[in-house]
Amino acid sequence: MPSTPRETTADGRYRVTSKPLDSTVITRLVSAPGCGAVVTFTGLVRDANAGRRVLWLDYEAYEPLALKAFEQIGDEAAGRWAAVRLAIHHRTGRVAIGEASVILAAASAHRADAFAASRFAIERIKQIAPIWKHEHFEGGEVWIEGATADPLDIAAREAAFERACS
Amino acid sequence: MLVKVRLFARLREIAGASELARSVPAGATARVLWDQLAVDFPALEDYGNVVSCAVNDDYARLTATLNEGDEVAFLPPVSGG
Repeated sequence: MPSTPRETTADGRYRVTSKPLDSTVITRLVSAPGCGAVVTFTGLVRDANAGRRVLWLDYEAYEPLALKAFEQIGDEAAGRWAAVRLAIHHRTGRVAIGEASVILAAASAHRADAFAASRFAIERIKQIAPIWKHEHFEGGEVWIEGATADPLDIAAREAAFERACS
Repeated sequence: MLVKVRLFARLREIAGASELARSVPAGATARVLWDQLAVDFPALEDYGNVVSCAVNDDYARLTATLNEGDEVAFLPPVSGG
């Protein structure tokens, strides 16, 4: 049976929350004595999309599955870049223009792996995280629909690795 | 047998509910359940080739066989980030 809904993993590294995001928190969650590099990425809500004036976004998430997707992304990154440690926090609910919708941190011994893993993580979030943007713009609203989520799609995962390393 | 359906984003809006109870034949797959929903809510048919599903909070194939009491989520294409 489904587990009780929760918004964060036990170690705090993966979180889905209606509260503002804090990149100092996420940096601390991945830092360790052996880490020489932490790369953080912040995704912000933009005021324009596809020729529309965006007013705000409402994010909807399937929380327990989103946390599992984030854990999968962390495992995939650690499998590709030894000792890389990821944290991902994503907003739900209404997010205003200029506010962070997603923050992530990738820690590693050296900068190259941390940069690559952070790029991989955001590409992979867009592929398999069960989260949706409802865009409110001047004159209407629309659900943004990107990738069909399939965590077993090897070609998609390899495309994310490719973007991370190009 | 009874199963619980969860719908998200545009699919939730089409059905007008985030959760539904449905009865499907024993041994039915998630695809059978989806097709049944699409009869009740024809606008769902647009999503037949792009929908994803999860059973009991894990991603699953539409070919997955359902069990009594399962919670089956249907997901439109995602747009996180």
